[in-house]
Amino acid sequence: MDKKRREFLKIAGISTLAGLGAPAVVDRLITGSYPLAARAAREVTPGEGAGDQASTAGHGSDTVPSGTRYGMVIDVRKFNENPAMAEACIKACHSVHNVPDLAEKNNEIKWIWLTGYGNAFPDHSHYHKDENLEKNQVLVLCNHCDSPPCVRACPTKATFKNKDGIVAMDYHRCIGCRFCMAACPYGARSFNWQDPRNGLDMNKINREFPTRMRGVVEKCNFCVDRLPRGLQPACVEATGASKAMVFGDLNDPNSEIRQVLKENFTIQRKPALGTQPSVFFIV
Amino acid sequence: MYDRGIIIPGLIIFVLLVTFPIWYNHGVAGDVPKPELPKDSKKCVDSVNVMRSKHMQLLNEWRDEVLRTGDRAYFELEGKKYQKSLQNACITCHTSKKKFCDTCHEYASVTPYCWDCHLAPVESE
Amino acid sequence: MFEKALKGNNYYWIWLAFLGTFMAIGALCYIRQYNYGLGLTGMSRSVSWGLYISQFTFLVGVAAGGVMLVLPYYIHNYKAFGRITILGEFLAIAALTMCLMFIIADLGQPLRALNVLLHPTPNSMLFWDMIVLNGYLFLNILCGWVILTAERKQVKPPKWIYIFVYISIPFAISIHTVTAMLYCGLPGRHFWLSAIIAPRFLASAFAAGPALILLVGLILKRVANFDVGKEAKDKIVTIILYAAIINAFFLMLEFFVGYYSNIPGHKHTLEYLFFGLEHDGHVYNNLVPYLWGFVVLCASGIALLAIPYTRRNDLWLGIGSAAIFFGLWLDKGIGFVLGGFVPTPLEEVVEYYPTLNEIMITIAVWCTGFFILTVLYKIAISVEHEIES
Repeated sequence: MDKKRREFLKIAGISTLAGLGAPAVVDRLITGSYPLAARAAREVTPGEGAGDQASTAGHGSDTVPSGTRYGMVIDVRKFNENPAMAEACIKACHSVHNVPDLAEKNNEIKWIWLTGYGNAFPDHSHYHKDENLEKNQVLVLCNHCDSPPCVRACPTKATFKNKDGIVAMDYHRCIGCRFCMAACPYGARSFNWQDPRNGLDMNKINREFPTRMRGVVEKCNFCVDRLPRGLQPACVEATGASKAMVFGDLNDPNSEIRQVLKENFTIQRKPALGTQPSVFFIV
Repeated sequence: MYDRGIIIPGLIIFVLLVTFPIWYNHGVAGDVPKPELPKDSKKCVDSVNVMRSKHMQLLNEWRDEVLRTGDRAYFELEGKKYQKSLQNACITCHTSKKKFCDTCHEYASVTPYCWDCHLAPVESE
Repeated sequence: MFEKALKGNNYYWIWLAFLGTFMAIGALCYIRQYNYGLGLTGMSRSVSWGLYISQFTFLVGVAAGGVMLVLPYYIHNYKAFGRITILGEFLAIAALTMCLMFIIADLGQPLRALNVLLHPTPNSMLFWDMIVLNGYLFLNILCGWVILTAERKQVKPPKWIYIFVYISIPFAISIHTVTAMLYCGLPGRHFWLSAIIAPRFLASAFAAGPALILLVGLILKRVANFDVGKEAKDKIVTIILYAAIINAFFLMLEFFVGYYSNIPGHKHTLEYLFFGLEHDGHVYNNLVPYLWGFVVLCASGIALLAIPYTRRNDLWLGIGSAAIFFGLWLDKGIGFVLGGFVPTPLEEVVEYYPTLNEIMITIAVWCTGFFILTVLYKIAISVEHEIES
């Protein structure tokens, strides 16, 4: 091989490498002229906003309010009075969102479910619990944390915090690595170990909402699709006028949820982890 | 030429393999697909040409706007309001996946996985 | 140089055919999994990572361990390792290939794997892991190949390659550090949430990697007439010994923190792994035999390598390094990842049992790794023989 040809090959190789990397860089630089990238820039960058807020908020206090932050208060006492209501919530949620009911326990998928008080709140005292907590179970769901560890862990931004503080999933983008499931300290996420349609009656399905496909992670979406249509989340709707679940904007001082939070002593799940859950419980 | 005995038959086999689709289909490209258009409505979100070549980009844009940016604004067409949605808008007019989507997709040999999650219209047969 | 891999005696071909058989079986099993979904594995909502990711974690360590041969030679000019640095680099290539295969096997949507590049997310540790793993793989292929080519021509390697050799050293550290960060930055997983995970990973890696090289070296002496050399062997033994002892020390520190502080979260997984965890009247202990296997194997391996009589005997030395390698595999390749999921975030205990399909895929990936390792070592040793003759 003569010298010139070798030089040429060297330059060609290097420029190929540069060429492969360049589009990504250019993309970032001229975001304005490229619609997809521009859209990406408008998205809430995971971790960023939440992290800043957490650091300025100081010790023990919650975040500085900005924009909408949807949250929920679950009044466990009211569910204790009417145990059938919890099942109705679960059923409402799972049928609206086409959550499958799979025979294999290992493949189970759930968005909202009942668990023992000790399971939901392992950091709280369980020594001689009162009768109600001993007997009854607590409804749990995704906490839509203000500083969500799942969003931090996701390598593709398939799970992200949207502008209303809802931790959403983009099933089109999820690669199924399940890092978010390891990261979630509340066990709120489920994985589609098989085709979810195996566990759905396709004749009784909600035709306005998609199912999922196998190989992606899913969880409660705070009914992000129902809210713009002026509807309450399906579970909240199922509690009727009982006020056992109150949904609203945590950043709006005049909202009903803020009134409930003001008038009651509420607890969050595992607050010590700094995730700042948006779901509160009255026990 | 060295190894003529191997190279020439090898080349022939290679050419035969590469041209497999042509001679397997006897050189006929197949009938141009005729997707069945909706009878009641005449106007789609964009012109026929744009829809034919760019509907997948449009769906991706809708997806990102609705899901990621949270821009769920409705759009209006022939006096009716629609969501930006494959499942809740497109298929209200295009009521048959078999007679519309599949005709071209099969012809072009593409298998989009939209319907793995999104519910295809119930075929009326 | 690949032609060197195409000439070998019957044992060489039988060995490759043996590995190839398992690779073929595993490929079929993977096709089944690909078509049905990960439901064919034993993983669940509660134990969402299983054998694949635990093997991946262990093998990142094996890949990083190769640096223990590269570093003394290139930084400290330790001449005795001159002949065997290539073994460390080629081991890293084989181990990293296995790592990437295990990741792909574990993905729910493998065809979307490149989304990690399409939507780069610097706050995700998995994104960085992908960068350092692929970077380290590239560096090892480059350095290994260029240096071996130069050796074959009996000229000095080109100067520019040394830049890449020096870069590869911090990369080796980084691959295992970032892999540890996959685990140790997750809130609510108490067993993983420990700053000592990365150092412990490195310690066990620097024992397991060189132990495997030593073991293979002893085998090569018998089957391929390739001698690592006495001085190099002694030095590798020293490295393994220190690293294995430091790993044991770090583990004891974990025990101290858990049991002395008496914080339940810090204790539960250790209890589950080593003694069995009682929950609702049932004792869960399916990993206990493995973890005690780790303790016994590592202790006896350390003893065999430390006692002068057994260290000087190749058979005992081989048994000792195999014990350490296998013991550390039980610790990191089984206990660490699977144990971290117990108890679940909802204080329940779900035990994981891999399925046959999953085990066959796992074996197949290991066999692929050893297949690559065999071929690469065959090339390296043939070059050595060629120079000698």
